[in-house]
Order: sequence, then structure tokens, then C-alpha cells
Amino acid sequence: MERADLIVIGGGPAGLAAAVRAKEKGVDRVLLLERNPVLGGILNQCIHDGFGVLRFGSAMSGPEYAARFIQMARDAGVETVTGAMVVELSPDKKVTYITPQGLFEVQAKAVILSTGCRERTRGALAVPGNRPAGVYTAGVVQYLMNMRNIAFGKNVVIMGSGDIGLIMARRMTLEGARVHCVLEKLPFCSGLPRNVRQCLEDFDIPLCLAETVKEIHGDDHITHVITAKVDEKGRFIPGSERTIPCDVLVLSVGLIPENELAKACGIEMDPVTGGALVDGDLMTSVPGVFSCGNGLHVHDLVDLVSEEGERAAEHAAAYLEGAANKPMVPVTVSGGIRYVLPRQLTAGEDGYLSMRVMLPGRDQKLTVTAGGRTLVSRKMKRVMPSEMIRLKVKDVPACEQVEVSLV
Amino acid sequence: MTKYDVLIVGGGSVGCAVAYALSRYDLKAAVAEKELDVGMGTSGRNSGVVHAGFNNRPGSLMAKLCVEGNEGFEALCKTLDIPYKKTGKLIVGYDEADHQALIKLKEQGEKNGVKGLEIIDGAAIRAIEPDLPASWAMLSRNTAVFNPFLYSIHLAEASAQNGVQYYLNSPVTAVEATEEGYRVQAGDHTLACRTLINSAGLFADKVSAMAGDPSFTIYPCRGEYYLLDKGTLKMPVYPVPRPGVGGLGVHLTVTVDGNILIGPSADYIEDHEDYSTTEPILGQLRREAMILLPTLNMRTVIGTYAGVRPKLVKKGEANFGDFVIERSPKAKHLINLIGIESPGITASMPIARMVLDILSEDTELVEKPDFVPTYRGIPPFAELSRAEQRALIEEDPDYGDVVCRCETVTRAQVKRALHNPIGATGVIAVKNRTRSTMGRCNGGYCFQRIVELLLSEGKAPQDIDLKRRGDRPLLGYVKGGQA
Ligand SMILES: Cc1cc2nc3c(=O)[nH]c(=O)nc-3n(C[C@H](O)[C@H](O)[C@H](O)COP(=O)(O)OP(=O)(O)OC[C@H]3O[C@@H](n4cnc5c(N)ncnc54)[C@H](O)[C@@H]3O)c2cc1C
Ligand SMILES: Cc1cc2nc3c(=O)[nH]c(=O)nc-3n(C[C@H](O)[C@H](O)[C@H](O)COP(=O)(O)OP(=O)(O)OC[C@H]3O[C@@H](n4cnc5c(N)ncnc54)[C@H](O)[C@@H]3O)c2cc1C
Repeated sequence: MERADLIVIGGGPAGLAAAVRAKEKGVDRVLLLERNPVLGGILNQCIHDGFGVLRFGSAMSGPEYAARFIQMARDAGVETVTGAMVVELSPDKKVTYITPQGLFEVQAKAVILSTGCRERTRGALAVPGNRPAGVYTAGVVQYLMNMRNIAFGKNVVIMGSGDIGLIMARRMTLEGARVHCVLEKLPFCSGLPRNVRQCLEDFDIPLCLAETVKEIHGDDHITHVITAKVDEKGRFIPGSERTIPCDVLVLSVGLIPENELAKACGIEMDPVTGGALVDGDLMTSVPGVFSCGNGLHVHDLVDLVSEEGERAAEHAAAYLEGAANKPMVPVTVSGGIRYVLPRQLTAGEDGYLSMRVMLPGRDQKLTVTAGGRTLVSRKMKRVMPSEMIRLKVKDVPACEQVEVSLV
Repeated sequence: MTKYDVLIVGGGSVGCAVAYALSRYDLKAAVAEKELDVGMGTSGRNSGVVHAGFNNRPGSLMAKLCVEGNEGFEALCKTLDIPYKKTGKLIVGYDEADHQALIKLKEQGEKNGVKGLEIIDGAAIRAIEPDLPASWAMLSRNTAVFNPFLYSIHLAEASAQNGVQYYLNSPVTAVEATEEGYRVQAGDHTLACRTLINSAGLFADKVSAMAGDPSFTIYPCRGEYYLLDKGTLKMPVYPVPRPGVGGLGVHLTVTVDGNILIGPSADYIEDHEDYSTTEPILGQLRREAMILLPTLNMRTVIGTYAGVRPKLVKKGEANFGDFVIERSPKAKHLINLIGIESPGITASMPIARMVLDILSEDTELVEKPDFVPTYRGIPPFAELSRAEQRALIEEDPDYGDVVCRCETVTRAQVKRALHNPIGATGVIAVKNRTRSTMGRCNGGYCFQRIVELLLSEGKAPQDIDLKRRGDRPLLGYVKGGQA
């Protein structure tokens, strides 16, 4: 059987950064498998700007950002196969993939999963009503509009305030459609504040909070939706219904990490993030299999995705060199934190924590303590569920546990 | 005007079964169907269960044809490459009254000639399905599940292969009696036939009236469902039938592919094709499902859908409505198949045989020497072994291009579905034949790829139909035009 030292599954920004860094770290044969005909992942359809501000200090479009990494991968000697759908990862790290050239099996010594995420759909939310045409997820609209120049409709309602929906509100407006509103069930927006300003406010598109679609109508094609306000418990408030005529309903109701390969491989999952459970080295419950990017947990900035990919590659390289098992310290959370990742940090090394809050808040304090000693303390002027918080913990001490708290 | 010996109105499971049965004989036959594909009515909106026949009133046509249908179903599925699984089924109860009702049900089944029925206790239930809290059950060994979409489709495609003509997207709107039969307006086509077979499901009363027999009224009665992702349930689980409830009660079903269904409810509605699902009913489904299986995970919901029963009895009327399978006493060239509700798919082949008997009264049935009974559908790539997959890719590289990631459907399969033998169009033709767009991502991945394939074959975006005639989801190109 064909062999590789490291196989990276998924050629989006996470996988590209991981493959490049692995080569830089001296890993011999790095094979990057991507099911699409081109590398770059979701970035290819993101023709708006705003990528790379943290990393390159300039706001690029998605394809521009991807192009830099694709060039780096080429220069570094990463072997890539596109049009390659990975259909199986076995616990002993045999990877099976399909391309028009055939079905291939490759034995890897280490694997990095960087498979990105998929969109939640109406079906999954099971909005009652009949099922007329004209209901799409924002990513589908984005792909067909940006990559194939397809026009969808003239009267648009957007359900959910995720970033892709906000961006498509602007895009569809620019293409001459009337976007009636963006509806958000929660009392706060789930997209980034900058997208609310640039994509909605600048175009006078109302953002209707605590309101959602109650019914979808239309025999063959959608004709209108009935919306209603919801209370704190998410129940419809009787009498608050509105009828909004539309020929397109765009759903932007969240992203779910894509982990079918990981699940079928028996990798332990985290029900909160939807991604794999990883340790301080971003290694999953299957030794030698690492995870990063949107496939691990949903990010809002690509710069941080690339960085996470690089860290996964560094740990994979160390694993391949046979680095000794290091002691891990469990991480616990308290206060308004929805999740922290990873749930373990490596003692004696710098640790990187990503977390999201449950609710928006102001003037809070984020602290990381170990055995009564404060390791990090940061004033948080404003926290938002849409904005991932990142923390570096210098030189994690060997201790019982590290506690993260936001109060 | 094209002339046929037989014109079948309605390409549901019943119409297609009749077409397949007829295609063995030297006759000119056609099917007129109003939708873009066959099996889009009730035949594509049900539980997909091959019933055993114990639920039906002894002595009724329903009971007789269901038992016959069940006996021949597995062989038929093998001949026509229709996914089928003999799962067995449990009808569960909780107390002594339920226990007695189950014993009665078993007696009724045996009276109907059903084999393989057994009353089992809680321990035996849990040996089969560990999470069911029921205390008593009747196990029916001969109950099975099948793919209802491919059932109609493969019957239709097999009959097309044997010469039956399909007019899809062709609603029958006018039927005029002539000397030797009928002249029929079906969409853009004017067709003549000697015998008209009315298998128009929910509209069979209207078609019958058009053809000169206004004796029937169909009362639509809707059943709503939840569709869940694949789970661990091994066989359908039904509650003990309760008197006065239309239908078989909310049950859990496994599909041949392993997905779980919850439903159906039973509510009379106004509009025959109102396939909406509604919040109060969905709530009822959730509650009743949790009684059957408290560990059910509602977070795995993929979607909801509804089917409509063509009932011959009104709401509140206790009368039993049996299948109507007859040459119309009022119109001698009309054979009516009316009120074909559950277990209509199970019974469809025996119904077709009855139609042949009726037809033979005035039409000579001569077997064709070149009739091909078997049919092979599109290879289900995802279910094949790695070696078989490898061989297919070698044969056609399009099998190595995965279009639907949830169900691992390839470009080669999608192409074959788009170029099917009966001329079905629309994204729906792909969905029903390959499962593409039916997975957990609801088409988020494959819809755009199917659209791209259609564009690459020269279709304009505004001409792509989704599910139904005129249901065109895309407007065209944005300013600046084609990419
Ligand atoms: C619509 C949208 C707009 C965004 N806007 C911004 C922005 O303005 N600024 C910003 O900084 N960030 C933005 N982001 C966030 C950022 O782009 C993403 O977080 C980032 O692209 C995620 O990278 P990834 O590599 O984890 O996933 P992806 O980019 O999704 O890449 C995953 C790759 O894996 C491949 N893959 C998956 N499964 C398999 C398999 N079985 N076999 C082979 N290949 C497989 C996929 O085809 C894909 O190419 C946006 C994200 C989206 C979705
Ligand atoms: C909720 C529910 C669950 C069920 N579960 C099961 C089950 O588990 N097992 C089982 O065996 N049975 C089940 N049934 C019953 C079964 O689905 C039906 O008996 C069967 O599908 C009837 O088939 P048909 O061909 O008569 O009708 P249909 O499938 O409705 O076909 C009629 C066709 O005629 C077409 N048509 C109508 N009018 C015209 C016109 N004017 N011109 C041209 N075409 C026209 C329609 O478009 C349609 O395609 C269930 C039914 C329901 C509602």
C-alpha cells in the first residue's frame, strides 16, 4: 500500500496552513487531499474583503487570501490531490479516497482533519408549512451567485443573522433584489458587528431581533412567510405575526463542523462544539489524528483558522518524531462561557485557548487560574457570542487543573 | 392523435404496477401523469412498509390483496432491483387491555391468512429493541420495508423498456367519450384510447367523473411525518390500533436506508394536495413517539413531510371504505381504481392482476415473446464494496466524482438519473433515483453541483425545474451574464 508520513484531509485555509507548516517542520511526505477541483475551501466563494487583517495587516478577498497559501504549499513541496473525496479514515490511519482516476488507499503515520463545516438547514429545524422551492442556505446562494453568476429572486427574506446571511444581504441588494429584513430569533445578532454595519446598516436593511419565521407558504414556489416575535424561552408571541411576501428565503442559521469521517473512525466528539474532543496538542482520542479549523469548532476569522492549522501541524510533526507523551492539565470553565477549547493543556508549554460566551455582556473579567495562582487576567469591555475569544497561557504549570472564568 | 389500446391516468405505484403488468402483452399502452416524474403523489409520501395484512377487515379486498401483495413483494423487488428489507414489525402495548387487543389482532390476521405472527412479552421485546418500554407486542415476521420512490420508478422504467409510453408533465383535463373509447387531453397531448384505467389517486373521483361516472367523492386525509437521520431502530414499531382513529396510529418506521420516520397523523383537510406540516401535529408526533421510544433523539431531525390518504369515507363516518377496483357500471371503457389508500402499495401488484382480469373481458391479452421482466436501476455506489466501487470508476471516471457527500452519490449516477428512460425531468428526478439532496445536509452540498451539471449540459438556469411543473427556483443570470 502507498504510504505517507502525514495526510491532511481538506484543503481549505486550515489544511493548507497545516500542510505548509508540516513541510517547514521537516515532515517528509505530506499529502493534502481536497474534494473540490481547487484548493482554498470556502474562501473561493467569499469574494468580499476582510480576510487576513490579523495575519497580513491588509483586508483581502477570500480567493486572494487562499492564493497566498496555495503558493506557499506549492513552494514548500506539499503533494496535493484535488477532486479527491476522502470516504474513510480507519483508526490505524489508513485513508481511502475516490477520484475520477480511481479509488486509492494510503497508509499514513499521522493525519490532520481540516474538513471545515456545513450549514444548518431549515429541514433540521423543521419549520412547519409545505416545502416550496425558493428556500436556500446562504452558502448555496453565495456559491451559485459568486461562482456561477446565478440570480435567485427579487424579494428576499433572510432567516438567521449568521455572517454569511449578512454578507448575502448586501450581495443580493447590490444585484438588484430587495432584502426585506434579516430575522434573528435571539435577542442579539449572531454575526460580527462589523458585518451588521457594513452589510445591513449601510444598505438600510432592518435587523429584526427576537423574531423568526413561523410558517413558510407557497404551493410550488415560496410566496410569503409568516413571522412572529418570540419570548425569552423561544416561544411565539401570539398576535405578533407579520406576513412578508418573498420569492427567496435565505437561511443563515448556523454552521456545524463536518465530522462524518471522524465519527465513523470512532473519534470522541464534543457535543457542544460539534467537533472532535482534542487535547492540548489538538490531538483527538485516536493517537496521531489531529483536528483544526472549522471542522474542530466554528471560527469567525480565517487568520485564526490558519494559525490553528499551523499548531496542529507542529504537534503532528512532534508526534511523528516520537516526542514523549507530555502531562496534560484539564481545563475547567465557570461563568458565562459556552465552551472552551481544548479541554486540556500541555504542562510546561504555552497553551492556546479559544472560547465563546453564551450571552452578550459588558465590563466583565476573564481570568485563568491554576491552584489559586492567576495566570492571565483580562478586562473584557464587551463580549459577544459571535466573537471568539482567544487567550495565550504562557508556560502552563503542572497542576491539578486550570480554571477559566468570566464574571 | 396517437391511439392506444390502454391509457392509464396516474403514474403512482398503482398505475405503474398496472403498466408493468400490461407490458407483458402485445398491446399499445401509455401512462399520463401530471407531475414531472412518477410516484410524486401518495406513492412517494407514505411509510414505505410492506404490510402483512392483519390490520384489514376480514373478507375485504384490502385484506385479500394485501396478503397476496406481501407474499409476492420480495420476489418483485428482486426482479426490479428495488431496495427491500424484511425487517419484521412490532405492534406494542402496555397493559392487559392492550394485551387482549393484540391477541384479537393476531386472530384477525390469521383469519386473513397472515403468517408469522407471534405475541411476545417485554423481555422478548427488549431482546429485539432494548429501549422500548412496552410490556406486550405482536411480532409480525413478514412485514418489510422498501424504497417507495424506486418502487414506482423501476416499475415505470421496466414497463417503458417493454414499450409503454410515458407522458409526464401531462395532466388529464378533459375526457371525451367516442365510438370506440375515449379521446383524452393530457397536457399538450391529445390521445385516443379504447380503455381508460383511472389510477389518479387523490383525483380519481374527478377523472372518473370526466369519463362519465360521477359516483365518487374522495375525502383527503393528511398524515404528517418527521424524517430523522439514520439511527439504530431495527424494525417498525406501531402502537396497538385504537378504535376510531383513522390510519394505524403514529408509529416509528425504519426506512430501507436506516433513517427513522415518525408519523403519520390522520386529519381530514380541504385541499387534496396540501402537503403542509403543522406545528400542533408535529408536537403530537413528538409526544407519541416519545411514548413508543423514550430515548429517541429529536436532534437528528432532517425534515418533515406529509402524505394524503384518498378516503372514500367522510370525517366522522364509521363506514369502512374498501378499495374500488371495477369496470365502471356507468362507462364501459373505464376501469376505476379508487380509494386506494393503505395498504395500496403493498397491494399494487395484485390490483394490477385484477385489472388484467377485468381488461381481458373485452381485450385479448397475448404475451409478447420479447418481454423482459427484469430491470436494473442505477448502481447504489455508496452501498457497494470497495472492489465494486473501484471497478465502476475504472469503467466510467464519473463514478469517481462524488456529487452528494452525505449519501456518497456520484456524477455518473446523477447523469443516469437525468437521462432516465421515462423522460422524468427536474432536480426531483435525481433525488428520487439517487437519494442526492436527501441526506443530513438537505442538499446544501449537492444542489449546487446538480445545477452545475445541468448548466454544463446546456440548460439555462431559469429552465431548471425543482419538484413540479413551473417550479423554477433560479431566476437566470445576474447582471453581467453567464459565468
Ligand atoms: C461564507 C463565509 C464567509 C466568511 N467571511 C469571513 C471574513 O470576511 N473574514 C474572515 O476572516 N473569515 C471569514 N470566514 C471564516 C473563514 O473563511 C473560515 O473560518 C475558514 O475558511 C475555515 O477554514 P477551514 O479550512 O477550516 O474550512 P473550509 O474553508 O471549509 O475548508 C475545508 C475543506 O475541506 C474539504 N473537505 C471536507 N471534507 C472532505 C473530504 N471528506 N475529503 C476531501 N476534502 C474534504 C472541503 O472541500 C474544503 O475545501 C467566512 C466563512 C464563511 C463560510
Ligand atoms: C400517510 C400514508 C402512509 C401510507 N403508508 C403505506 C405503507 O406503509 N404501505 C403501503 O403499502 N401503503 C401505504 N400507504 C398507501 C399508499 O401510499 C397508497 O395506497 C398508494 O400510494 C396509492 O397509489 P396510487 O398510485 O393509487 O396513488 P398516487 O400515488 O397518488 O398516484 C396517483 C397519480 O395520479 C396523478 N394524477 C392525479 N390526477 C391526475 C390527472 N388529472 N392527470 C394525470 N395524472 C394525475 C398524480 O399526480 C399521482 O402521481 C400510505 C398512505 C398514506 C397517505
